[in-house]
Amino acid sequence: MAHRKESMRNGRGSALEGLLTAGLDEGKSRFTLEDGARIAVVGGGPAGSFFSYFMLGMAQAVDLEIELDIYEPRHFSHAGPAGCNHCGGIISESLVQILAAEGINLPATVVQRGIASYVVHTDEDAVRIESPVREQRIASVFRGNGPRGGADTSRESFDGYLLAMAAERGARVVRRLVSGVRWVDGAPRLEHPGAEGATYDLIVLAVGVNSNLTQLVRADSGPAPAASTRTTRTYICAFQADQQLVQDVLGNSMHVFLPTLPRLEFAALVPKGEYLTLVVLGDDIDQELISDFLDSAAVRRCLPKQCVPMVCNCAPLINLRGADRPYADRLVLIGDSGVTRLYKDGIGAAYRTAKSAAETAVLHGVAAEDFERHYRPVCRSIEADNTIGKLIFGTTHLFKVSSHARRAALRMAAREQGRKGRRRMSSVLWNLFTGSATYREILKDTLHPAFGAGFVWNLAASLRPGRRELKGTGGAHAQGHARPVVR
Amino acid sequence: MRKATLGQSYADGEAIVRQGEMGSSMYVVQAGEVEVIREAEDGEHRLAVLGAGDFFGEMSIFEREVRSATVRALGSAQVLTVDKRTLLRRIKEDPFLAINILKGMSKRIRELNRELVRARSGPAAGADMKGSEGRTR
Repeated sequence: MAHRKESMRNGRGSALEGLLTAGLDEGKSRFTLEDGARIAVVGGGPAGSFFSYFMLGMAQAVDLEIELDIYEPRHFSHAGPAGCNHCGGIISESLVQILAAEGINLPATVVQRGIASYVVHTDEDAVRIESPVREQRIASVFRGNGPRGGADTSRESFDGYLLAMAAERGARVVRRLVSGVRWVDGAPRLEHPGAEGATYDLIVLAVGVNSNLTQLVRADSGPAPAASTRTTRTYICAFQADQQLVQDVLGNSMHVFLPTLPRLEFAALVPKGEYLTLVVLGDDIDQELISDFLDSAAVRRCLPKQCVPMVCNCAPLINLRGADRPYADRLVLIGDSGVTRLYKDGIGAAYRTAKSAAETAVLHGVAAEDFERHYRPVCRSIEADNTIGKLIFGTTHLFKVSSHARRAALRMAAREQGRKGRRRMSSVLWNLFTGSATYREILKDTLHPAFGAGFVWNLAASLRPGRRELKGTGGAHAQGHARPVVR
Repeated sequence: MRKATLGQSYADGEAIVRQGEMGSSMYVVQAGEVEVIREAEDGEHRLAVLGAGDFFGEMSIFEREVRSATVRALGSAQVLTVDKRTLLRRIKEDPFLAINILKGMSKRIRELNRELVRARSGPAAGADMKGSEGRTR
């Protein structure tokens, strides 16, 4: 058990330690981790595994000996809900690159499909937007071992892969359910159903928003984070199809839908091996909305008719507003249970919050004010960007009410494909739907005079009769599935 | 049939970066092998063979210079491009990210030092060096 101490380390360490600790505060933290410190991570999803992986790596870099337990009762090798963390399973372009720079390269057993392009569908048209570098830099993955009844030993769960990576670095995975956190003699202690658990120097809650565990910190026994979040329900389902059919019809593209249906923000169809995952985002999503969406012309154009419908489905919550204060003394919330990005790149947000929390704990301390000073800015940055994201998604309603605006946007993007120079509309749409850039950067791009001028020009052009031209794509037509693409 | 690897495919002998060209990306080998070639007046010299997980071209992230070597696929290889801007933007928020790249560069300097010592030790040692080219960077 580590206690308050005067200095962070006892003077030993490498030059790397000097580099890492340069610029630390002159003031000392009330609670720092010292040799023998025990850390509990509740939840073995991406946030928990990223935290553990980086925490152990940084502790080793500064010669700090810690014990780290990850509490995760599920086995991600299970197919269906038992092993799944209920998410669309897209690793954004920017996160794929950053992870590679971190030395984390996703193997072919984890990557179900490398995505190289997006096809944006409206009620009338569709346009394919190629990756700026024309390479597969977006990964579609399964969080568990695939949809219900589809277990495959040649397939590896993304969450399972990260958890194994953390375990390889020294984390102990404890297959035990956690039911609460309470304070005993000034230190947080885990509770398990019907039993008291161990006391830790730091407890990290990486439990998402689909459990109520963040509310189970006993505030009457000690400090507790302000953990309430605002959520909305989304809808995810998986279709099964022949792998060749998925390849022929959808290729290595993710298909995004912007239908005019009320309450529906957008939807995406993601190819994954012999499966297709459909993710629907919006307000108050119910079965009627899903049925209307599946019956829409855009979906019928795109979804292979031979698909076995819905081998698996769920309606998980997603975070719309993060926790006000995702930390307390010796407690920190990361990933979705703290803050995440609006509608996309949740795994990227899990990576950022997990790493920031680990850096804070190793380099600065684990008191509430340490997290306030060093961890909260990252959370605030994500929240501030989400505010801009809400503004951007608000303006997309313009496209819902105006077919001319929709056509102009797609026309502008289509004409940019294969053209040299800046692809302004393509870049905005690409970043908006891939989550590769911040909403702030997207807004900045849309405020450029050339973007506005280009849009107005295409709006005028799309209003002129006889200017619209629809062309199909070979793969889709070869299989008899019409997929018009504006050129 | 499943195209599950990330990055871009390169055929045997296909250049990924060319010596003398300006670069603004680093690369991470996802599958297969690539060879690092230094082109000189007396011909080509293989500096290293890199495999899955290895990265190259990282110098262009930190300095605005032309590529110091050509890198081409040795057999078929899958290589992921990491954009300079994406990486620098992230390093700004999280300087720790640079540590991993610095560690790799530090390891290479250490290996180069070893090679230099061996080369200066004499022709016999120089002959040994040829056998160690596989991991020299």
